[in-house]
Amino acid sequence: MTVIKQGSRRLIASACPTAQRVGLIEGMAVAKAQAMVPDLHIIDSDPEGENASLRQLAEWAIRFSPVVAPNPPDGIWIDIAGVEHLFGGEEALLKKLIDRVENNGIHARAAIADVPGAAWAVARFGKGGIIPSGRAVDAVSTLPVQALRLSPETVSAMHRLGVERVGQLAAMPRAPMVRRFGHETSLRLDQALGHAFELITPIIPDEAVIASRAFAEPIGRLEDLQLVVRRLSDELCQTLEKRGEGVRRLDLIFRRVDQKGASLRVGTAKASRDHVHLAKLFDEKIETVDPGFGIEEIVLIANHTEALVEKQTVAKGIEAEDESVDLSQLVDRLTARIGEDRVYRLAPVHSLVPERMTRKISPLAPLSGSTWPENLERPTRLLDPPESIMTTALLPDHPPVSFIWRRIRYKVTKADGPERITSEWWLGDEQKMIRDYYRLETAEGSRFWIFRDAPMTEGGRWWMHGFFA
Amino acid sequence: MVTRREVIDDLRRQIERLGGAPGARKSLPFGVSVLDRHLPGKGLTLGSLHEVIEEGPASEFAGTATFFTAGIAARLKGPVLWCLTRRDLFAPGLMQVGLHPDRVIYAETCRDADVLLLIEEGLHQKGLGAVIGEVSRLGLTASRRLQVAAEASGVPALVIRRWWTVAERDLTQLPTAASTRWRVLPVPSEVVPAGGLKRGRWQVELVRCRGAEPRSWILEACDAQGRLALPANLADRQDQAQIR
Repeated sequence: MTVIKQGSRRLIASACPTAQRVGLIEGMAVAKAQAMVPDLHIIDSDPEGENASLRQLAEWAIRFSPVVAPNPPDGIWIDIAGVEHLFGGEEALLKKLIDRVENNGIHARAAIADVPGAAWAVARFGKGGIIPSGRAVDAVSTLPVQALRLSPETVSAMHRLGVERVGQLAAMPRAPMVRRFGHETSLRLDQALGHAFELITPIIPDEAVIASRAFAEPIGRLEDLQLVVRRLSDELCQTLEKRGEGVRRLDLIFRRVDQKGASLRVGTAKASRDHVHLAKLFDEKIETVDPGFGIEEIVLIANHTEALVEKQTVAKGIEAEDESVDLSQLVDRLTARIGEDRVYRLAPVHSLVPERMTRKISPLAPLSGSTWPENLERPTRLLDPPESIMTTALLPDHPPVSFIWRRIRYKVTKADGPERITSEWWLGDEQKMIRDYYRLETAEGSRFWIFRDAPMTEGGRWWMHGFFA
Repeated sequence: MVTRREVIDDLRRQIERLGGAPGARKSLPFGVSVLDRHLPGKGLTLGSLHEVIEEGPASEFAGTATFFTAGIAARLKGPVLWCLTRRDLFAPGLMQVGLHPDRVIYAETCRDADVLLLIEEGLHQKGLGAVIGEVSRLGLTASRRLQVAAEASGVPALVIRRWWTVAERDLTQLPTAASTRWRVLPVPSEVVPAGGLKRGRWQVELVRCRGAEPRSWILEACDAQGRLALPANLADRQDQAQIR
């Protein structure tokens, strides 16, 4: 519990969840609280220190989006427009964010909404989570009026008049409402319902390398934007060269004439200060930026850098002998298009269960040289999940002579098998699994991979699992 | 005296120059003499777009086409970019035609339009062995773009045409700007007296090719190095000896 002094009174500024459970709330006098809980742990509140740590947390949150701003006393704005796909959607982003914050011992609530005001309200007074686009009004109207970021006096005035919920306030005629509660109330209501625009001014970490350009006349043409980005990238790379660093994450922030902003983010797989390459990563995405009435300022921020040492590859008398291709630039370009987890290599895993044979690794992970056991006859395409097939077999443990798959009968002319694959108890498989795999060739020449999930005598069923040809 | 052959050769060179193709374009021989002799560059031209379409009962899964394409990529040097739209590829299978997992980088997306962009992005990267893409819609403009990108960097683009619906399968019949179009179809393999399965056998059909006639061959499936071969019992047949 922290305490703030207001005149000669000492009031509770904030209380931990345990304290809140026994009935200690913000704004209560400390004397009263101590009467309720005698051995109370009291710390003097330190607003500047709290602001500093809030800013620190905001700088940490820049890993999620370029546009982050602290919202004192206890909040952080994160503008996730255009970055959610990098984390696999809004839901995954929210979960990851909360998990990471809570791992650091900070209790957090978060909400995603169309407008900052609605997100603020839902995170603090609602259930949190994601408000679908266009549903801000529904989500906010059932919340108490405190959710509108109003002063305590206004809120108590509303309570005296019986206005408890945002929905009630929104239903009131606007002119008398403004006269009674002030313009502030009307503005906050509009911000929460998405009728008024609210600016989030992003913070820039102190140690970040920046290149920015403000224009006397706003610009808006795509070619102009691309040109400016190339120049900024060149400037940024020169600064980086002096510092001996390369970029891993780069943010581009646009400030429009009407104060709305847009931001883009790209990452690189390897520290880089190749200005042409870095500018190219933005090329595709710039098209998605809506310049509106024009853009006044463009800022390029390298907010994650790493030391980068130059390597001499060409010189008189030295030929570049290293023939291996540097794929990091290709990987960057692909990642900028489709997201990080969708570019990968598949590393072999020593298992015989088909579903477990591969593991995704980073595309630039060191080459291991390892592979699957040789001469393992495996299909190129798997059917996931396997499909049930009807079969006819001459003898119980023989491969089938014909089968029906997707309502077509295939006559089997040649077969190879069985190859038994069982569950891997050493990996903690609970269920016992037996699969007898057969490779079949039909009369037309197609080759299939099928399996029986138990011996015939135990009533095994047949499944189609893969295709060789 | 200029012989007829010289005139034809000269005309050929002129046409090549008009087509914007560099004179001595590199190519990858299949190692099957009948096939290589038929193709204009004595093999599969690198730095151009090639389409592979599968026929047969399970052709929507493109099992054979995948082996065929991976076999070509395995015989090329350098890393391979494989652009996927579905998650049905089973990487251990590629090892059978010699494509080592260390060499393949996968890029996965769910939209056809994105796959084309990814393939093009890959083709801009010099030093790649090949770019393989799984596409169901490939129009004239899109294929032309890929062809131009491949010509510029010398990286071959191998496109496996996938389809899920009958309408999509019909799309694979439409013309594209690819320099070759292959149709592969599994056919019954040689009978083994003791039972079991031997090397598979495919009908490999050259449906469209710039500078050569359509033609089809019965070939043995790719081996562990990705090489095709002429079936032993067909290799000595009389009509094969007469070809060219």
